Amino acid sequence: MSSPYDMAVLGAGPAGMAAATLAAQHGARVVLLEESEAPGGQVHRAAPPGYTMPQDADRRAGDALRSALTASGAEQRMGVRIWGVGGGPLVQSGAAPVPFRLDGLSAGGQPFDLAARSLLLCTGTQERIIPFPGWTLPGVIGLAAATILLKAQGVLPGRRVVVAGAGPLLYAVAAKLLAHGAEVAAVVDLATPGEWLRALPALAARPDLLARGAAWRAQLVLKGVTVHHAARITDAEGDDVLRAVSVQSLAGGPTVRIEADALCIGHGLVPATEATRAFRAAHHYQPGMGGWVPVLDADFRSSVAALFVAGDGAGLRGAAAAPASGRIAALAALRDLGLLSEDAHRAARAPHAAAFARAARAGGAMARMMALRPELVAAIPPDTMICRCEGVTRAAIEAALDEGALTMNQLKQFTRCGMGPCQGRLCGEAAAELLARRVGGREAAGFATGRLPLRPVPMDALLGDFDYADIPVPAAAPI
Amino acid sequence: MAVIGAGVMGCSTALHLARAGMKVLLLDRGPICREASGVNAGTLTMQMTRAALIPYALRAYEMWLRMGDWCDGGHVLGTACPGLSVAFTEQEAAMLEERARIRRQAGAPIEIVSGVRAREIEPGLSEKALIAGHCPMDGFASAYLTGRAFRPALLNAGVDLREDCAVRGIDAGFTLDTAQGRLDAARVVLSGGVWLEEMAGWLGVTLPIKTLINQLVVTERMAPVMRTVLGVASGLLSLKQYANGTVLIGGGWQGIGDRTRGGIAVKPESFLGNVRLAAHAVPALREARVVRAWLGLESETADALPAIGPIPGVPDAWIIGCVHSGYTSGPYMGRILAQAILGEAPELPLFPIDRLLAQEKAA
Ligand SMILES: Cc1cc2nc3c(=O)[nH]c(=O)nc-3n(C[C@H](O)[C@H](O)[C@H](O)COP(=O)(O)OP(=O)(O)OC[C@H]3O[C@@H](n4cnc5c(N)ncnc54)[C@H](O)[C@@H]3O)c2cc1C
Repeated sequence: MSSPYDMAVLGAGPAGMAAATLAAQHGARVVLLEESEAPGGQVHRAAPPGYTMPQDADRRAGDALRSALTASGAEQRMGVRIWGVGGGPLVQSGAAPVPFRLDGLSAGGQPFDLAARSLLLCTGTQERIIPFPGWTLPGVIGLAAATILLKAQGVLPGRRVVVAGAGPLLYAVAAKLLAHGAEVAAVVDLATPGEWLRALPALAARPDLLARGAAWRAQLVLKGVTVHHAARITDAEGDDVLRAVSVQSLAGGPTVRIEADALCIGHGLVPATEATRAFRAAHHYQPGMGGWVPVLDADFRSSVAALFVAGDGAGLRGAAAAPASGRIAALAALRDLGLLSEDAHRAARAPHAAAFARAARAGGAMARMMALRPELVAAIPPDTMICRCEGVTRAAIEAALDEGALTMNQLKQFTRCGMGPCQGRLCGEAAAELLARRVGGREAAGFATGRLPLRPVPMDALLGDFDYADIPVPAAAPI
Repeated sequence: MAVIGAGVMGCSTALHLARAGMKVLLLDRGPICREASGVNAGTLTMQMTRAALIPYALRAYEMWLRMGDWCDGGHVLGTACPGLSVAFTEQEAAMLEERARIRRQAGAPIEIVSGVRAREIEPGLSEKALIAGHCPMDGFASAYLTGRAFRPALLNAGVDLREDCAVRGIDAGFTLDTAQGRLDAARVVLSGGVWLEEMAGWLGVTLPIKTLINQLVVTERMAPVMRTVLGVASGLLSLKQYANGTVLIGGGWQGIGDRTRGGIAVKPESFLGNVRLAAHAVPALREARVVRAWLGLESETADALPAIGPIPGVPDAWIIGCVHSGYTSGPYMGRILAQAILGEAPELPLFPIDRLLAQEKAA
């Protein structure tokens, strides 16, 4: 392992780009690590080489962050998959402190590891989808997945599309679909118009967002797209592919069947906590921030020394708040490392703190619109698949709960729910909510222990070439 | 009777005592079988078991395979299949022959076969295997099901099962200070796995217990690549493919952790060493993707033999644990301890801890 970086930043979305840029500008030795081919993250996703995409507000903001990053001299390692975290607090008790260690596969598939004195996690969020019959059919995709298709390559998920779920992504996806020439058969919004109205005062702090939201809505009206409020998808039907979806008011009553060849659906976003869980950082359940989030101080320090979390992974506050949170965290890390004096830190921090507070107000209102709705979980029919990796239905989960599973880890053991390649990223929310109904809430249900690898890793790449003699086989056990 | 620690040792002891008519309280500080007994590699093997334990392991093996019969239908997907312990070097071949001979004397039906024969038994095996120990009585279980498998039988037998009920200490006459208040018992069994040292301390007994931090790795589901339980001469690999297609890679490679904090972190170098060894044995594993690695805590006494028997100087107090490859022998060990507690002669001898305490005094 080479000499440690001052700071490793995991995730090159707006939080990570801003943090790495600022730290490098202050002279720190920084490395920014990202799974995608280019920095940008979900919101400012860069187009792949060979694609030219229309300029819009997101892309302009992303380009600005990207060029500042490049100018800052921070080392960028894109297309790398970090699967292992270690060092730092994860050492034998009594051992001398060591830097953090990250293990990954390079863009070319070569294993590498690196060390860093501080670690800033900017790993963003995951999509939440509460299962319903037919949710695993081809043609049903997440809202966030749809934005990736549309943003990165301008690919349409279908010709006639239903957009359903919760939060601002609904209208962003519907508008983008229209702009790319798809037919939007309907928008099915869990929220009532009243709920949106109540979010408005917080959004007033960000007139740009408000205007953009209004523009999205206007396009729907213009194209005559029906918006079903306070409604949910009860069923997606089809054989090999999606044919139609059924929509019902949350109050009950008859369902409306809508023919479509694609359904983009999302029930909000959940902070990505694989790494903070693996580090055994303290977490608390904050439904208004997306669910389980690491416990952080005002500088985004976690409960683990020198481990910081910024951006949506710290609790959903949106793309506009993310760069400010990344900068605040980066400055605090530099101060803790002795690379920035108290006074310099205080002066540098102030403007970012103000920017964060302003943006977080709007982001928080949007996050609350995307909070998990327990009624969706209650409505899941018994034979609906919850964990698609391991084929676990709601009925199987309820049976395990009847047999006494008390925590998420135990539910996992009793059913295999969350043991497949997605490691609970897809099924975890619904499973946890089913458990929470029995044990008195999500705090009591807990969360699954963080496990490596952070992402599934191909053995072939990990193994490389080796001789048998090189394997450090420990001494044999006594006979 | 209060049984403290609901791993496989505690569950089996409690079940057999309750079935014999005793009023049993079974306590665990967490959920049932969430420590070693729920996270282990589930290998039911004679070829990793210490020779002295083979007679026990053979009987326990039958119990696992027929668990439904004696455990109210509970099961851990116990699967019988041949087991191979492989040598890749001359040095390993010598070690393998020696170990197979000792285990054969102890009653394990292990024969040495050529590399060619080994590949007939296990077509997935690498051509680099020189010879192998072959044991037709081998197999594996899905250890994560252990708690679910024991729970209904324990309740049916009338065991008062208290999960999330940590014991903090024991006063004279066995008043337990627990997270759910003070509980009285006439007798106690300590079955606390790596935490036995602390538990014995409550009764004024000093019994050093070593903690191993075992690391396991599992792949995503894949097409069949093997059909045996595979190990290596040194015992540092245990490899099998479950019916669902996942391949579990174990063998006691060490991670980072301790008794207080639990298993803390996977050691990348042992992770890599372990998966390289696995892929050396079964080359098709190169095609797999690793989805999860985890850690579990295994206990060991000073002489690496079990601690099963009465606690010297403390009437009506018993201990059970520190069994090498203890998952394999677990249900049988609980049965014989229950026999002793009930005043019957155990089918096979216990492993009283007097030897360890005497050593401690001499040291
Ligand atoms: C990763 C790993 C892989 C293994 N692989 C195999 C294998 O393939 N084959 C094999 O045969 N063996 C294997 N073993 C060994 C086997 O798992 C153990 O020998 C066996 O499970 C030990 O059972 P136990 O009941 O003694 O301990 P445990 O299962 O650890 O049970 C002890 C219990 O005591 C409880 N406890 C502790 N303190 C307190 C307290 N103060 N109050 C109340 N309760 C308390 C704990 O919560 C725990 O549930 C493996 C072990 C590990 C860790």
